[in-house]
Amino acid sequence: MTGLRIFLGAAILGGLGAAAPFTPLWLISLVTLAMSTGLVVCGLIILWRGGLVPFGQALFFATGAYTVALAGRWFGVTDAFLLTALAVIMAALVAFVVGFLLAQYREIFFAMLSLALSMILYGVLVKSETLGSTDGINVAQASFLGMKPRGPGYTFALFWLALGMVFSAWLGVSAYLGSVAGQLAGAIRDNEIRVEYLGISVTRLVHLKLTISAALAGAGGALAALSISHVDPQMAYWTTSGGFVFVTILAGAASVPAAFLGALLFEIVRTIAVALLPGGWQLILGSVLLLTILFVPEGLGSLMIRKRPTISDKGVA
Amino acid sequence: MHRMNESAWLVRKLSAAVLFAALPIAMPIAMPIAAVAQTAPAVPPVKLGLVTFLTGPAAGPFGIPGRNSAEIMIEMLNAGKVPAPYATAGLAGAPIVPKFVDEAGSTANQVTEFRNLVQRDGVNAIVGYVSSGNCLAVAPVAEELKALTVFFDCGTPRIFEEKPLKYVFRATPHATMDNVGAARYVLKKFPELASFSGINQNYAWGQDSWRDFVAAMKALAPKATVDKELLPKLFAGEFGAEISALLTANSKVVHSSFWNGDLESFIVQNGARGLPARSTMVYTAGETAMFRLGAKIPDGTIIGARGPHGVMAPDTPLNKWFRQVYEDRFATAPTYPAYHMAQSILGLKSAWEKAAAAKGGQQPAIDDVVKAFEGIEFEGPSAKIRMAIGNGHQGIADIAYGSFRFNKAEGKAEIVDIVRYPAECVNPPANMTSTAWLEAGMPGAKCN
Repeated sequence: MTGLRIFLGAAILGGLGAAAPFTPLWLISLVTLAMSTGLVVCGLIILWRGGLVPFGQALFFATGAYTVALAGRWFGVTDAFLLTALAVIMAALVAFVVGFLLAQYREIFFAMLSLALSMILYGVLVKSETLGSTDGINVAQASFLGMKPRGPGYTFALFWLALGMVFSAWLGVSAYLGSVAGQLAGAIRDNEIRVEYLGISVTRLVHLKLTISAALAGAGGALAALSISHVDPQMAYWTTSGGFVFVTILAGAASVPAAFLGALLFEIVRTIAVALLPGGWQLILGSVLLLTILFVPEGLGSLMIRKRPTISDKGVA
Repeated sequence: MHRMNESAWLVRKLSAAVLFAALPIAMPIAMPIAAVAQTAPAVPPVKLGLVTFLTGPAAGPFGIPGRNSAEIMIEMLNAGKVPAPYATAGLAGAPIVPKFVDEAGSTANQVTEFRNLVQRDGVNAIVGYVSSGNCLAVAPVAEELKALTVFFDCGTPRIFEEKPLKYVFRATPHATMDNVGAARYVLKKFPELASFSGINQNYAWGQDSWRDFVAAMKALAPKATVDKELLPKLFAGEFGAEISALLTANSKVVHSSFWNGDLESFIVQNGARGLPARSTMVYTAGETAMFRLGAKIPDGTIIGARGPHGVMAPDTPLNKWFRQVYEDRFATAPTYPAYHMAQSILGLKSAWEKAAAAKGGQQPAIDDVVKAFEGIEFEGPSAKIRMAIGNGHQGIADIAYGSFRFNKAEGKAEIVDIVRYPAECVNPPANMTSTAWLEAGMPGAKCN
């Protein structure tokens, strides 16, 4: 990644941050929530490039969200930065532990096993009455380095926090995807045995990818918990994971910024659909997914990057 | 799909890009147009957000009756056709413009749509929410945005017990009353009860209902023991193992807070295996399924309706009118969620007009309505509601329980032996949480 692109990215995000006070508040909350989904999708892209589709990313998302809620409730932690850091660490830790099992599997087995693990968390949360069962628990309003903005100020503060997280995630994930370990993703998808012959352990590489993607999902969960001010077991349910996969299909794995744009587009389409068709908004959402698959099979990201013609585009393959 | 020439490929990508780019641009344009389209009347209308399940499994039993009730109440209020004391048009003369939103989707969606209603669509008040989880999630946002919100159907006692709220109200009594009422009715029918069992869905509503029922039974009949405590998962649909367990338990009474598909399949499945011949079933939310199942429910089954609603409602002019207009429009009797919606809207109207009267008939500010709402008493179609607990934000009312009977001559489901318990008999006092009240043995309960 060139210095120019980093500067450009920082300028765009900085411009968005500066525009916040002139934007309707509902739109800012909506964008903040979309960014939390974007962070999760960012992590999914890392796995996606290696041919791995987890249907249980909600496990790490919910871990992050509940970490924020419980750290506030049990230990009185209120600082948003500290809460986010705790959520990232917890989610990565969970991924590191389950990774020893999960990294052994590929394709549908990987998808289903990750789904099963997230449903275990869902089941545990639903049965724990002290954690509010299905009703969930409220998250106290956070502070920012000692400052306690309230009202619209809180919405802005969360939005700026979200922009900061998006920027870090963009830098970090782009750097990782450009590294040797990141570049090997395509090779893992195509032929694992060859990668092993290069002297690299595919299992360990998948384990690492899983942990990174879980850390991002944890960050997304923390941001969601802070901006909704409520967590519930639905966050660990398979439909939540399905929603992340939906956005990943919409965004495609070609570019990292597309993850955030895809998430934003998804949230905007959903909210318009709810406003236009209160009794059938799911129809609109489904149609958008269908149209995407028909017209932009590689996702929105493929519209954003300059693409060198490949053999398949020339109609040879 | 890769076998196309470059230009066709480009055209497709461009058209897709245009399509996606058009959506976010279209939204801010489309929304104000929709708002401007209404003609401006003499008194500016009151915009009312109405959130209830329009899709999903909770739509049929709760969401749609709630929406139907809101639709008809708003139409009749605007026309000034509701009987006294609600005969004035709209809210203190201002017509009500409803905006319906689907409650289905994640909590994040609900919070986002709540903000959209308040900050984008500029609604003046919101009436809604069936799911207790959504109520708990929306409450702090309502406080943050200073948006007057009336919860209409959610049952969890936690809303006002965790922290005091200023802008949130609930005219519908919370779920503790359902289970205290059930315990009292069960002990009236079976004074010598030795043991009882329960089957409840393993999620917040089922767990809370069972906990409250057991606590109330402990207080009222300390000798009765819990036999089988079953918590199958939500929407399990198949209860063979649980019915076997209940058959071996042989308790006189089985408590259940089931609703929707689970309630209906449980009734059909346990009927086929003869469970009702051994144990009397108590369905605290049974009324929603009563008319659909009819003769499949055995006579003598104890049925609750989360208040003295539906066929257990008293024969007042307001109730007769409500049943009549509802049945004329929707060709079915209003079940309790319809009553909950009607009484929530009437509560809002009462507070609105009390605030307007204090200002000499002018349209009140939201903070005035909030002040007027606290502790108000008003007539619902089925009972008098008093905003007596939760610092004047939580309503209490009487509850009724009765026994099911299928009238073969008329082919009609009926409820007989109806007992009505006064509000103070089944609700905690203002200074106690429901759990603390139940555990202390329900001190101060006034039943006559």
